[in-house]
Amino acid sequence: MADCSIELSQISVTYPNGKSALDDVSLTLREGTIYGLIGANGAGKSTLFKSIMGMVKPTAGQVTIAGRSVRDALRQNLVSYVPQTEDVDWNFPVLVEDVVMTGRYGHMGFLRIPSQRDKEVVQEALQRVDMAGFAKRQIGELSGGQKKRVFVARALAQQGQILLLDEPFAGVDIKTEESLAQLLRGLAREGRLILVSTHNLGSVPSFCDEAILIDRSVLAAGPVATTLTQENLLRAFGGMLRDVTLGGQALHQDPDERALTVLTDDERPLVLYGAKGGEKIVIGGRG
Amino acid sequence: MLSLLLEPFSYSYMTNAIWVSALVGGLCAFLSAYLMLKGWSLMGDALAHSVVPGVALAYLLALPYAIGAFFAGMLATLSMALVKSATKLREDAVIGLVFTTFFAVGLLIASVNPTAVDIQTIVLGNILAISGEDTFQVVIISVVCFLVLGLKWKDLAALFFDEVHARSIGLSVNLLKILFFTLLSAAAVAALQTVGAILVIGMLITPGATAYLLTDRFGKLVVLSVLLGAGTSGLGAYASYFLDVSPGGLIVSLQTALFLLAFLFAPKHGLVSQKRAIRAERVTI
Repeated sequence: MADCSIELSQISVTYPNGKSALDDVSLTLREGTIYGLIGANGAGKSTLFKSIMGMVKPTAGQVTIAGRSVRDALRQNLVSYVPQTEDVDWNFPVLVEDVVMTGRYGHMGFLRIPSQRDKEVVQEALQRVDMAGFAKRQIGELSGGQKKRVFVARALAQQGQILLLDEPFAGVDIKTEESLAQLLRGLAREGRLILVSTHNLGSVPSFCDEAILIDRSVLAAGPVATTLTQENLLRAFGGMLRDVTLGGQALHQDPDERALTVLTDDERPLVLYGAKGGEKIVIGGRG
Repeated sequence: MLSLLLEPFSYSYMTNAIWVSALVGGLCAFLSAYLMLKGWSLMGDALAHSVVPGVALAYLLALPYAIGAFFAGMLATLSMALVKSATKLREDAVIGLVFTTFFAVGLLIASVNPTAVDIQTIVLGNILAISGEDTFQVVIISVVCFLVLGLKWKDLAALFFDEVHARSIGLSVNLLKILFFTLLSAAAVAALQTVGAILVIGMLITPGATAYLLTDRFGKLVVLSVLLGAGTSGLGAYASYFLDVSPGGLIVSLQTALFLLAFLFAPKHGLVSQKRAIRAERVTI
């Protein structure tokens, strides 16, 4: 499989109104890995996505995808995008199979007439996400989890090696979240690079390999276990998280220093346990 | 009886009016399928009013009216984009502000030289009195627009549905947007002659809205919409001969009548079948 890394070198984005959205962000993302991009609202998650998709031109720095410019990478269908549920017009007169077929447009000729191969790929993609039985439904008639899966199928049909998912777990139930996470893990094992933006902390340890915490600039990045620490999270979210720490007298009768910390923003909580500075993640998804 | 029904066709101005109306009606209907989905329906109205100063000026200078209209339309679109990005005004306020300004300027220009510019024709349209030269312009515009739409309708649909995805499959999003607004300006120009600046909005909304109630597939929606638009426009021009009424008014009234039928009796999204579905649901419970 071809190399499909994303290289962000010293990206800064300042919007015309003078607001700085990203400041000197440098990251290297590699294939076969799931990255969780974590930050509060307004921390620059969507700006980072937009720079990778070429919708925002960095005021400084450079984005390289698989050694190419963003424009070239998009032309070659390397990047697939799964939108946030609320960004989609669910009343649009379009059937599930038509949505997935748009993933093939980049592989078709000028008139976008699907070949037999395109139809097969669409069928396979639908089967892979378990939606083959819903091909003829209008998209608004689906449940929350099914809606998500249609767009993952579209990304699969596009056959890009890089997947960007914007808040994939917003508004889906725990069961769907788990099956979606499992699907993404499978896709990463096949060598894809997956970047997920989320503020749902609990879901990150369960399926991301690496976490990137941002607040305009990168606060911390690396393996989930060492990056998702209480200290880092509090820096990323400030006072925006519910933070409950049980320790000392509340938890033990002995002088044990370990404490139980629950961090949540009303989604699935992240639970850490251990002495200060050495906390480990005990719950975060799978449990 | 038959000779009576065929009577309009014995006048070349009627034959002209019928097929030119059908052509323009079909083009507007094609675009209506897109406009309606993006909540941009009023953009069509705005453009139709905004081209008026261009048309008036062109008549004044004895230039082809399509050229004047086209530049005025583009200028209006750009002004809207500029005002919107530079202020915090909401979109509807910006659209309203720009198009009324353009329309007012158009009226002023026309009133300066009332003999060269027939403002009534621009505002209300008069397909029965269309000159050979204007017919030629309308036909050229419509045919070119249809060709471009025929080639690019899928890309435009992908863009309207999900802009970020459209970008990710390598489509030139900005070029496509410019293309769409160019087509819209051109269609508004063509429709001026048929139904006039005021009723263009009907032709740019109603057929698409009707088709929307009849299908869940965009491809079918476009075909239905074009058939409805072309059919009602041709029929309206034809029937206006017998009823001795304004073709523009009749065309848009016919389109509304079809919309009402679809609104009530559409198989899945009509009022009647929805009521029935709700009742069936209650019975099973």
